[in-house]
Amino acid sequence: MNAVAVAPAREHLRRTWYAFSRNGGSVVGLGIVVAIVLLTTFAPWLTPFPRHARAFTDFEHAGLPPGRPYALGTDTIGRDIFTRVVFGYRFSLLLGVVVLTAAVPTGVLLGLLAGYYRGWPETVIMRITDIFLSIPPLALALAIMAVLQPNLQNAMLAVSAMWWPWYTRLVYGLVSSLRTEGYVQAAQIVGASPAHILLREILPNCLPAVLTKMTLDMAFVILIGSSLSFLGLGVQPPDPDLGTMVADGAKYMPDLWWISVFPGLAILVVVLGFSLLGDGLRDVFGVEV
Amino acid sequence: MTPEPLLQIRDLHASFVSYRGLARVLNGVNLTVGRGEKVGLVGETGCGKSLTMRAVLGLLQPPRARVRGEIWFAGRNLLALPSRELEQIRGREIAMIFQDPMAALNPVFTIGDQLLDVIARHPKGRPSATEAWERALAILREVALSDPERVMRAYPVQLSGGMRQRVLIAMALVNEPALVIADEPGTALDVTIQEQILLLMRSLVDAKGLSVLLITHNLGVVRALTDRVYVMYAGSIAETAPTADLFRTPKHPYTQGLLASVPKLSGEGVPRGIEGMIPDYLAPPPGCRFAPRCPFAQPRCQQPPPWVTVDTDHQVACVLYDAAPAPRLP
Amino acid sequence: MSEPLLRVDNLVKHFPIRAGFLMRQVGVVRAVDGVSFSLSPGETFGLVGESGSGKTTLAMTLLGGYRATAGEIWFRGDNIADPVARRRRPALTKEIQVVFQDPGSSLNPRRTVRQTLEVPLRVHRLVSTHGEAARQIARLLETVELPAEFMHAFPAALSGGQKQRVAIARALATEPSFIVLDEPTSALDVSVQGKIIALLLDLQRRLNLTYLFITHDLSLMRNVATRVAVMYLGKLAELADTASLFGNPLHPYTRMLLSAIPVVSEAEERLKPRWVVPRGETPSPARVPPGCSFHPRCPDAFAVCPRIDPVAASADGRHVVRCHLYPGCTPAEVADAART
Repeated sequence: MNAVAVAPAREHLRRTWYAFSRNGGSVVGLGIVVAIVLLTTFAPWLTPFPRHARAFTDFEHAGLPPGRPYALGTDTIGRDIFTRVVFGYRFSLLLGVVVLTAAVPTGVLLGLLAGYYRGWPETVIMRITDIFLSIPPLALALAIMAVLQPNLQNAMLAVSAMWWPWYTRLVYGLVSSLRTEGYVQAAQIVGASPAHILLREILPNCLPAVLTKMTLDMAFVILIGSSLSFLGLGVQPPDPDLGTMVADGAKYMPDLWWISVFPGLAILVVVLGFSLLGDGLRDVFGVEV
Repeated sequence: MTPEPLLQIRDLHASFVSYRGLARVLNGVNLTVGRGEKVGLVGETGCGKSLTMRAVLGLLQPPRARVRGEIWFAGRNLLALPSRELEQIRGREIAMIFQDPMAALNPVFTIGDQLLDVIARHPKGRPSATEAWERALAILREVALSDPERVMRAYPVQLSGGMRQRVLIAMALVNEPALVIADEPGTALDVTIQEQILLLMRSLVDAKGLSVLLITHNLGVVRALTDRVYVMYAGSIAETAPTADLFRTPKHPYTQGLLASVPKLSGEGVPRGIEGMIPDYLAPPPGCRFAPRCPFAQPRCQQPPPWVTVDTDHQVACVLYDAAPAPRLP
Repeated sequence: MSEPLLRVDNLVKHFPIRAGFLMRQVGVVRAVDGVSFSLSPGETFGLVGESGSGKTTLAMTLLGGYRATAGEIWFRGDNIADPVARRRRPALTKEIQVVFQDPGSSLNPRRTVRQTLEVPLRVHRLVSTHGEAARQIARLLETVELPAEFMHAFPAALSGGQKQRVAIARALATEPSFIVLDEPTSALDVSVQGKIIALLLDLQRRLNLTYLFITHDLSLMRNVATRVAVMYLGKLAELADTASLFGNPLHPYTRMLLSAIPVVSEAEERLKPRWVVPRGETPSPARVPPGCSFHPRCPDAFAVCPRIDPVAASADGRHVVRCHLYPGCTPAEVADAART
């Protein structure tokens, strides 16, 4: 009877992969995300015209349709669209990572406190959270951007400011149910500190849901960042951003369709990738977000 | 005087693909429920009793589950039916009573909404609105819910645990199914309410002449409600007998161990239980799956156990009763 | 009788019901409503009750999970219900431990057995080095008959019985004298239950532990407890030695409970009291019926029951019951008034 799986790490990995790979979509999502991350990391070596990523003009090759050597064509000043899409992904991912790095720890910490300490901390934190949640995200970001300079830093700031409440609410809900679990009560009864209980007992059990939501949110943050850029409030030219590129190209539709269609498709692909990956993680972890 | 069979499970096997390999859980289940008969299926966690139920309901589907065998219900093999026809049978001719009434009722609809929804799917066609309403009130009265009008308008959270269980019974019985499968009914409830539920089920089922398959781990509940019992261990039937016989003279070493494990009101201490654990379904022992835990195990147990008739309607899957006179058991 | 280890005196735990924007109090849940009993060292005190009886609230109050609304809990000369003492002294949390019902929830799924068992040792500074902790954890696992290598396992790799052994090891880590066992085997199969109970009883003998044993399984209670208290809607209905309670149940509620036990043999059927038709359900502790709270379900209720709440009384000093059917249970002034 005493046989027990004491080497759980590999076993755990195998089981996780098995559950994850049962859904074909999540494997596709993982593939897309990994491909985009690799592509952006090694962008200077993997793109044919890295110099086209910034200010560059080559009117001789302006407005060329997809072909060789410009796989996705060139824009109105002769820059390779493929190169600019890959570099544009850099800004999208950067925005997503920075926003989530700022918003998630804040939101998670507030959620832990509100869920664990009933009474006034709960009331104060959750009412503020509700106020933020009641404002449409894009409207809030637009309001912040209207006051601040339109640039990437401020776009990140604006999006972060409206993103943390979602994590507060998610973690608050989880903690509210986890605090009655036997192991939490046992730790309380033995006299463990609130820091131990929150960080060691409760937080690890919130992470699967948080990680899943982060993956799904990468897609949303990228989409909102692109929307801001599309409206001219995010990344400023000549830096490449998918939203800006769609906006610029829109003027030349439908004749030079490739200028905005390919960046648009690129947004679609990255959003799809993160969404599929997030769905896969949700299945593996069995969490609701 | 066995009644005409209504549900007949023949040599049912079910395996599951898992990340570690193929789990061979159901290993040749044979089980019959006669018309008007109340049959219990008892076993402990992981013995496959819930899987058997899910197989009957057609809920084991490839590619994860591999099912083999036959499940005959009223002259049709459920395993060979297309899923559309299976859906017709499920919920109309075969009804379910689940363990947890809160999980089985939808919290956002009133009891009336949910009960009328079931009535609308009556096999003899959808009744008129007033007719349906009348039927709903009548069945609620039958399950001894006072003030059925109020219950119809209530949401599940507004009812007590016992009332919710009664509503579930009403929903299961309202379309007059031929077979009711009850999964641990009332075991989530307190003992005084559980007894009321069992009494109610017994009287309703007898009055309507329904067949019941009761699935539970609680031996006391089986004894209170059924005519005949199947004891299941590790994916197959270890023993079957009329309920009174089984509790008086259990034959299979597992049945004996299980009955001996129950603490008794006479207060002679808590029995030790059965040593060992249920086998790993990825690599089950050959032959009798109980052999590794069995105090009477012998070399012959490496072969699949014989199915021996020891008494009228009393059969056991154990070599101890094969041919040679039965040995004396403590 | 020896000096009690724990004495509960008229313990009350009410929860306010708040509603509306200003969170005004609109009612009160009388979870525990005046409970008194005491535990002798080394005994197993059984607490029986259905959902809504308040037995879990009572246990959590003893454990320091809730602050008592009123009343006293004396443990070794300290009143630990004292609402002024915000946190219990470490010396006290060490002494009182718990094993919960659900082995699935009582161990943190994301922590190894070793990490789980380390918490009480570290909190109470019972070990100082890593190696010392490992040795101590191995010893604890041995106490609950598990091999030492289990310390590296996550709960998911353990069976229900093994998880419950780890939970028992955690309770033993601080060398307590009093352990609350809250349905410790209810989630386990009956063939496994016996071994866990045997372990608990063996530990009790060896370590001189006192148990508060909570279960809804009356057949199990019959075999484990030395004394049993029956709780209904926040109050004790009956308290007696186990043999006396099962052999001669006095309170109508106790009789209803005992007669409803599903048993597995004819011999046991004969040990149950005359069959009482079970009726009704325990009302919400937020709406406790007036008078004797059991009267709406009681087959023996009479005129005084809905009006007057009975008091606890005992004919022989050991078998205590709280029911108007028995002398001494109707408050004296009421009885006098009825007579005149």
